[in-house]
Amino acid sequence: MSEAAKRGGSAKAFLVKYSPVIILAALVVVSSIISPVFLSVQNIYNVLRQQAPYIMVALGVLMTILTGGIDLSAGFLISVSHVFLAAAAAWWGFASGGGIVVAILLCLAIGFAFGCANGFLVAKMKLAAFIATLAVMMIAKGLSYIITGGSPIKLPLEAEGCEGADALIAFGQSGDPVIGLPYAVWLAIAVVIIFWFIMNQTMFGRMIVASGSNKQAVHLAGVNVDKYIFSAYAISGLMAGIAGFLICARAGVATSTNGDGYELDAIAACVIGGASLSGGKGGVLMTICGVMIMGLIGNIMNLLSVASYPQQIIKGLIIIGAVVMNGMTQKDE
Amino acid sequence: MADEVMRLEMKNISKSFGGVHALQNVSLSLRPGEVHALCGENGAGKSTLMKILSGAYSRDTGEIFIDGKPVNIKNPKDSVDHGVSIIYQEFASVPDLTVAENIFLNHVRGSKNVINWKQLNANAKELLDSLGFGQINPKSKVRELTVAYQQIVEICKALSTNCSILILDEPSAVLANAEIRQLFGILRKLRDEGKSIVYISHRLDEVFEICDRITVMKDGQNAGVVNTADVTEKQLVSMMIGRDLESYFPERESHIGDVIFEAKDIKAGKMVQGVSFKVHKGEVFGLAGLVGAGRTETVRAIFGADKMESGQVFINGQEIKHFSPRNSIGNGYALLPEDRKRHGVLLNLPILYNMTISCLPKFCSGGRIRKAEERKFGDKMVDALKIKIGDKMDNTSSLSGGNQQKVAVSKLIASDCHVYILDEPTRGVDVGAKIEIYKIINDIVAEGNAVIMISSEMPEVIGMCDRVAVMRNGKIAGELQKEEITEQNMIELSMGVNKV
Ligand SMILES: Nc1ncnc2c1ncn2[C@@H]1O[C@H](COP(=O)(O)OP(=O)(O)OP(=O)(O)O)[C@@H](O)[C@H]1O
Ligand SMILES: [Mg+2]
Repeated sequence: MSEAAKRGGSAKAFLVKYSPVIILAALVVVSSIISPVFLSVQNIYNVLRQQAPYIMVALGVLMTILTGGIDLSAGFLISVSHVFLAAAAAWWGFASGGGIVVAILLCLAIGFAFGCANGFLVAKMKLAAFIATLAVMMIAKGLSYIITGGSPIKLPLEAEGCEGADALIAFGQSGDPVIGLPYAVWLAIAVVIIFWFIMNQTMFGRMIVASGSNKQAVHLAGVNVDKYIFSAYAISGLMAGIAGFLICARAGVATSTNGDGYELDAIAACVIGGASLSGGKGGVLMTICGVMIMGLIGNIMNLLSVASYPQQIIKGLIIIGAVVMNGMTQKDE
Repeated sequence: MADEVMRLEMKNISKSFGGVHALQNVSLSLRPGEVHALCGENGAGKSTLMKILSGAYSRDTGEIFIDGKPVNIKNPKDSVDHGVSIIYQEFASVPDLTVAENIFLNHVRGSKNVINWKQLNANAKELLDSLGFGQINPKSKVRELTVAYQQIVEICKALSTNCSILILDEPSAVLANAEIRQLFGILRKLRDEGKSIVYISHRLDEVFEICDRITVMKDGQNAGVVNTADVTEKQLVSMMIGRDLESYFPERESHIGDVIFEAKDIKAGKMVQGVSFKVHKGEVFGLAGLVGAGRTETVRAIFGADKMESGQVFINGQEIKHFSPRNSIGNGYALLPEDRKRHGVLLNLPILYNMTISCLPKFCSGGRIRKAEERKFGDKMVDALKIKIGDKMDNTSSLSGGNQQKVAVSKLIASDCHVYILDEPTRGVDVGAKIEIYKIINDIVAEGNAVIMISSEMPEVIGMCDRVAVMRNGKIAGELQKEEITEQNMIELSMGVNKV
């Protein structure tokens, strides 16, 4: 009897722990039944490429959520950073082979710098994360619109001295010569592995989670909590910069509205993946599941040609469902 | 006697968490007008049984009768409706609300949903006064209170409802003698009014003083019910732990060396007004005093947890320049905070992560954690402190209160310091495990390090300390050498009857 009870207990624990994986698997099964195109290589690569920037942002935002904060600025950090990338290439003469590298670094630096600003406000100035990142979001948005003037910036293509821009587009739009998996997806896979390693194997990752679990206790244990909280926001900014780079490379054009709303999808992905908004709980792989769940819902509805506004409603309902399920399975503990 | 209607009967209660059987066929009965002790080691299932009665947990099997009638308690509200009122071991107050708001949280009074604040505060004041704790301001935030006063607020909260069964889960663990006396006065009065009280405590002297009967639990099962008058403390202990205990305080040969730690004229807020003391190598130095004397505030300021207004701290003759917990640990002294839940443990992280949080760099190469070594260290600590756990990777919140305390202690010891400041180190720890903690203290001083200990338990101070400073109103009222450390002397100094 006791054996059975033990197994019963652990089966439930298993369900709780892996509910995002289960939802994702169910979604894949259902999708492949509903739509014959779903399982085609073309479609799968497409979904993965679309999700690559979301993965970047979600992992960054996950860091801030783990520390018990949030990053609402991530969406417009994508916008402002990729606008800088496009502007550097199109207007400031950084479209050559070497120039584009500078432009990309600028893009990442912009994201990172704004992230540092968030980190400073939250960790050092002790502002509420919600407010601090909201304010930074507005600043980033404003800056982005000032630079674009409201109209898209096109990358200069197939012109003299613009080999760099061409290479950027090639990176964003094509895949590797062997299996054709988009480069953006390769980059995302590398980033996921790095994040997984950091969160599961390193002191840094441990301290990020600990800071969100009980900030006071960690502080009293002699840990520089502020440093870790600052880093979480800086990383989130950098990840937004990387997402901006991917989006610009894919579209070949930068507009100020690009990226808007990514932060909310990222937060939703973290929460679907089991992260707790009060901090200290959440994982890299589960968050990726969350991102893929969000992505698949969109994809399958596109395949079924559901219009985009009803899509929003269905997405919202599914988020509620996933989170309620998370909460229900944990309640009894 | 045989057909006397029991106030409460819990019969064959079982409860498991996952694979852990916390309770197996446990029974408990309460007579009207008795104080009934629930005793047992850490993790025996005392709190779990009470949480089932209060509706915080649902039972797997078993029946509950109140006044002879079967009742079905599914949630806390059912339990309140049946006249049960509970003070949890882990505080359940809302830190950002005021004392008055917390006391009347369950039934905020007012007309037509508008709260009459004046009335609320006045009622709280009245209740506090009537219980003899008029010094607590009903308008202060609970967050700002010391742990002892938080506990008193919890007691007032429980008493604000008109209950017939009152459960106190280790109420005295954070209280000092004076408050405990007051609490006992209240309990006796309630008992005489015919209320039934469950009293959980690891301090056996209290059990013998206030309780009429004792139910002993061991490993989630009943180990017997006795009349307090029929047993000795020794018998009770062997019922609880299944063997005899030789002595409470393990032998120690003191080798007291040079001064290792010195605090000079520490001032911090209202509670700390110029405290100075010296601690030597190999010494267990006690800080005694009543609740509110400023002991916790003093060590928190020294450690850098709270702001220090003025004063100097020297370790090995070196003056400490900047005060922050990180610097303090870097300089070789660490603090075990008094408030376990808020400052001591990370409840939603694994037990192992808690143990190594203050010494993680020790287990890292190039930022990467050497997990095998970390786990080995965890096993060592679990063994050394006899921590009752399912798995090291379970969340700390799954542990019983006393076992959480042991996790907090092992976290501190891991920090490799020279001076350990222990604020109520044995809070909520059972008799057997207390001895393990005392042994650890002895090991620390045997290596030539020093311990500064705050404890509200007088026998512990007397049994463990080489020297004691007694605090009163934020100042040191006097110092007692080993042979002068008696209950009498400490009480006199702490009350200001200067004689020594
Ligand atoms: N929420 C929970 N999840 C998993 N296990 C739990 C939970 N609560 C209690 N337990 C387990 O149940 C057992 C009994 O715990 P309980 O808190 O009742 O002990 P206790 O007798 O109150 O001990 P203490 O004197 O330390 O307070 C312990 O082994 C504990 O680990
Ligand atoms: Mg308990």
